[in-house]
Amino acid sequence: MAKIMNFTGTMLRNLFSKPVTKNYPAQPAVYPERSRGHVEIDIENCITCGICKMSCPSGAIQVDKVAGTWTINRFDCVQCGYCAVKCPKKCLSIVPGYQEPMELKTEDVYTRSEPYKPPKPAAKPIVKTETKQEG
Amino acid sequence: MGKTSIIPFGPQHPVLPEPIHLDLVIEDEKVIEAIPSIGFVHRGLESLVDKKDFNEMTYVVERTCGICSFMHGMGYCESVEHIMDIEVPLRGRFLRTIWCEMSRLHSHLLWLGLLADGFGFESLFYECWRMREKILDLFEMTTGGRCIFSVNKIGGVLKDIEDDMIKTILRVLNDMEKEINTIKKTFLLDYTVESRLKGVGYLSKQRAHDLGCAGPFARASGIRMDMRKRGYAAYAEIDFEPITSDIGDSYARCQCRIEELTQSIDIIRQAAAKMTQGEIAVMAKGNPKGEYFMRVEQPRGEAIYYVKANGTKFLDRMRVRTPTFANLPGMLEAIKGAQLADVPLLILTIDPCISCTER
Amino acid sequence: MSEVICPDNVLIEIEADRILDTVMEMKNKGLRLSQACAAYINDKYELSYSFANEDTYEYTTLRVFIDKETKVCSITEFYPYAFLYENEMKELFGVNIEMINFDYHNKLYRIQTETPFLKKGV
Repeated sequence: MAKIMNFTGTMLRNLFSKPVTKNYPAQPAVYPERSRGHVEIDIENCITCGICKMSCPSGAIQVDKVAGTWTINRFDCVQCGYCAVKCPKKCLSIVPGYQEPMELKTEDVYTRSEPYKPPKPAAKPIVKTETKQEG
Repeated sequence: MGKTSIIPFGPQHPVLPEPIHLDLVIEDEKVIEAIPSIGFVHRGLESLVDKKDFNEMTYVVERTCGICSFMHGMGYCESVEHIMDIEVPLRGRFLRTIWCEMSRLHSHLLWLGLLADGFGFESLFYECWRMREKILDLFEMTTGGRCIFSVNKIGGVLKDIEDDMIKTILRVLNDMEKEINTIKKTFLLDYTVESRLKGVGYLSKQRAHDLGCAGPFARASGIRMDMRKRGYAAYAEIDFEPITSDIGDSYARCQCRIEELTQSIDIIRQAAAKMTQGEIAVMAKGNPKGEYFMRVEQPRGEAIYYVKANGTKFLDRMRVRTPTFANLPGMLEAIKGAQLADVPLLILTIDPCISCTER
Repeated sequence: MSEVICPDNVLIEIEADRILDTVMEMKNKGLRLSQACAAYINDKYELSYSFANEDTYEYTTLRVFIDKETKVCSITEFYPYAFLYENEMKELFGVNIEMINFDYHNKLYRIQTETPFLKKGV
């Protein structure tokens, strides 16, 4: 009998127990804290250095230094998190919440309230350089 | 002598989601030859080394496969680390071991489910995939991803598994061990399963060696070869023995993989017990120069990562040889002489991953 | 703690006309062909044939440097299952490999470009 009836117990248990799947749209999905859903930016801390743009493996990020904008194509992004690792100001982070499907590829543009101006280097003593003309 | 005819098989087939095409030369119902053709999904990932620097390549290599993505990333990183002489901290190596074995668990459960589906045991298929879902949840909890984990970097790992997460993992695995014992009984003792697997696709040890097979496929024929014995990641600290079988048929392949499930759980327990606190990664400075062949034991067998670097940001050559590439000739041999109805099952027994074979 | 068997990889550079002899030696030693691949570096092909020992985990790689036009002989006579690797080398890099026992004639991968892994303009 062990040869033919050994799945019966599992089957009966499955018959009388609740489904293991969630009743999804009615019961919302819970994502753990580390879930890599999408990239978020704290734009006011961004110094528009462009390191995230250079390191993005899929080329989803565009940075405009003059206008102070940070643009991401959410549909090209692969959520690898390399930009968040590389960011020198740590203003990028990966947070839960997946991108919803859309009809067209769109880009999200984030603009700083005022374009970032690098702090002026400490005033150096001005040295007059004389260019000697050799002839 | 019956009538010989040729039946095209694949790339679209109801039980086989892999894009492989076979021309089966059959005599009555018996297959006498199988001519393979692949190449439907070639992506050319390897040629991206010209455009992506060696750090970004980690994320590219990881996307070779959706099942063993962690091991692809790890194999590539270990290869570059070997060239750059980087010693990964012990905790980082233990974390890699834990994630590796979790990948093996979820890959083998996926395969067992597909096998059950292949011989028409639908409820067993659901059982296996229900268990696999728990492993995916553990992955999501620890790395943030369900298929692609992106936790490897050159020099270590990016995320730590904290102590309370380790406790959760061990608790889930304890429950799972009991469930594995139940399905193990069905897979190994059930009459219907036995009649589909026993004696089907026999491959002797000598033939498996002559055809260059790797992984559980070779171990089921008695070849005692397991790359984990080379002691990459933290496998040097862990006590385990390769699981082999001398029978060499589909039943033995199923048995080997089920035994490996228990073994993986045991390795995770050992790693969790032996893990010490400390750093998880070190900084990698400079560019690699040199070459190395890294060999990693994936759920499907031996995978090879060849990295050749020239001292700049961009590598000269990066090559991935996935286990299915090595197992294809063995599969063709196993198909010869089988019944036509067993062909999908025999293709499944090597655990094919054609899409990552073509990269 | 289990025993770790991790010998260093061995790299042997050989001339193109010695391929078949050396591969036959490897076959007689009972080694398994683990992988074969090509690379195109500094206007030369670098072919690597790797052989693995299943018990001692030794890994020996034969390295052959050849020019773009040089023809090499296929090793499928000794290792019949090398046909996939050699077809791949032939298709992706355009290495002139002769007498493959199972030649796909550049149709292993169904791709449009010829020799896509060679850098453009070569």
